[in-house]
Amino acid sequence: MNTGYRILKLTLILVMVVLQAGFCFASGLDVFKGENRVLRISGGTAHIPVMKEAAKRIMTVHPDIQITIAGGGSGAGIKQVGEGLVDIGNSGRQATEAEVAKYGLSMVKWAIDGVAAVIHPKNPVPSLTGQQLQDIFAGNITTWKTLGGDDRPINIYTRDKSSGTREVFWKRALKKGKISDKAHFVTSNGAMKSAVTNDPYAIGYVSVGYIDQTVAPVTLDGVTPSLETVKSGEYTVARGLYSNTKGEATGLTRKFMDYLLSPEGQEIVVEKGFIPVN
Amino acid sequence: MPFKEKLARSLFFLAAVLSAAVTLAVLGFMIALSLPVLKKAALWDILSAPWSPDHGQFGILAMIVGTLCIALFSLCISFPLSLGCALFIEVTRPGGPGKVLKKIVQLMTAIPTVIYGFVGVFLLVPIVREIFVYGSGMSILSASLMLGLLISPTMILFFSQSFARVPQSDLNAVDALGGNTVQKLWYVMLPHAWRGILTGIILSFGRAMGDTLIALMISGNSIALPSSVLDSARTLTAHIALIIAADFDSIEFKILFICGITLYGMTSCGILLARGLDRKPR
Repeated sequence: MNTGYRILKLTLILVMVVLQAGFCFASGLDVFKGENRVLRISGGTAHIPVMKEAAKRIMTVHPDIQITIAGGGSGAGIKQVGEGLVDIGNSGRQATEAEVAKYGLSMVKWAIDGVAAVIHPKNPVPSLTGQQLQDIFAGNITTWKTLGGDDRPINIYTRDKSSGTREVFWKRALKKGKISDKAHFVTSNGAMKSAVTNDPYAIGYVSVGYIDQTVAPVTLDGVTPSLETVKSGEYTVARGLYSNTKGEATGLTRKFMDYLLSPEGQEIVVEKGFIPVN
Repeated sequence: MPFKEKLARSLFFLAAVLSAAVTLAVLGFMIALSLPVLKKAALWDILSAPWSPDHGQFGILAMIVGTLCIALFSLCISFPLSLGCALFIEVTRPGGPGKVLKKIVQLMTAIPTVIYGFVGVFLLVPIVREIFVYGSGMSILSASLMLGLLISPTMILFFSQSFARVPQSDLNAVDALGGNTVQKLWYVMLPHAWRGILTGIILSFGRAMGDTLIALMISGNSIALPSSVLDSARTLTAHIALIIAADFDSIEFKILFICGITLYGMTSCGILLARGLDRKPR
């Protein structure tokens, strides 16, 4: 039984090695040669698509490297990297001065991202004014009928305090206004997207990189949030995506950060719907 | 083998002391860490005010109510179901179908909570929203239904165990007197098994209260005091999970220890009650 299992395991590993040998051609990944550590990443959930793609590319060519990616939100990313639990802590906001001082963080900004209010694609209310948006989230406008939609109550979805996405949306789109205590809380950009996709009467907000045909962005004061409008500065609810390390990054961590800023890394950034910094 | 016996005895004693000490240490740790908060704010304020950190209010009443509502409703949903299943397994069809059902129930205990959460989000929540045409469907009702499903295997297995312990001679006596199944159940089985049933209920209640993921995923987590079962609510466990990611130095974070103690107290009460009933002679 035990030996049988072991043989099976070995065979599987062999098969995987043979399969992966076919992919060994990339160029920008040569710097990772010889690395065989585990790289732990956590924090901001807006970052995850880019992190996943970068990790996939690196690990395909260098199977000795293991990159683990967890969510948790920007606050968690900063806290965990500061406490030495992970190598890279992602945040969708700059670390505060207090956080930098406490942990000696060093920050790298590798993309710019917009945060858009989103609704269900079937919702007939595609545009709002800033004031209307604030009133919805404060709980002053409670049905879609008031805005020309169905006669159903508006279900507000928001993120917990750890979220960098929440922070920028609250500051720039809601002008630091109240968020109704009836609002539902979800724990990541992904969870927000699936909540809004599944609820025809929902309003929430996600990183622009997460917008696809399953959720519809809300045109805010006549500006539709998209890569172009964020890039041109027309759509102002935007922030940088940061990766933090405790002290200066070294070794594999350094190489990973450099990869994000390299042409190939920035290509991934564009591919996943964010704005590159280089 | 007096030495070996002594060794074994002291090892087991050590294990018992250790696990008990860890449980007590957790309580002590939480009390010690929540004392600074209690010095600054009265316990009553924390237990009664709304949760609004931006306005300096850190009340956890809504979460306590949410926890109790969801746990109680899930119990109300799963108790009759579990009792029925247990009777099916042990009394009405103890042969093939009962055995199959028992195997399925045992399998259910192994399903991870997150699967229930998933099914809840994508299947149950839209159904609840469209049936009641109210809110988002992320509600106490949805969470309770899913949680009821989660805790029912515990109850079913507990119930069927205590039904199986009813002495066969008593059952034979009912048959000999010409009693039917309902009479057998009402006059013999339930009086015999009620203690096991109660223990099962209380343990499941504890499990329902302690569960984090289902509530976090499908109850909506809003901080308003719920006024109907279709309202969204936040449980203490979900509250801890939501806050702990964000902060570690703020008052919000320190309040979590109060949440922890409240939860600890609530579940301990349940377990003490269960143990008390277990010991009491019938």
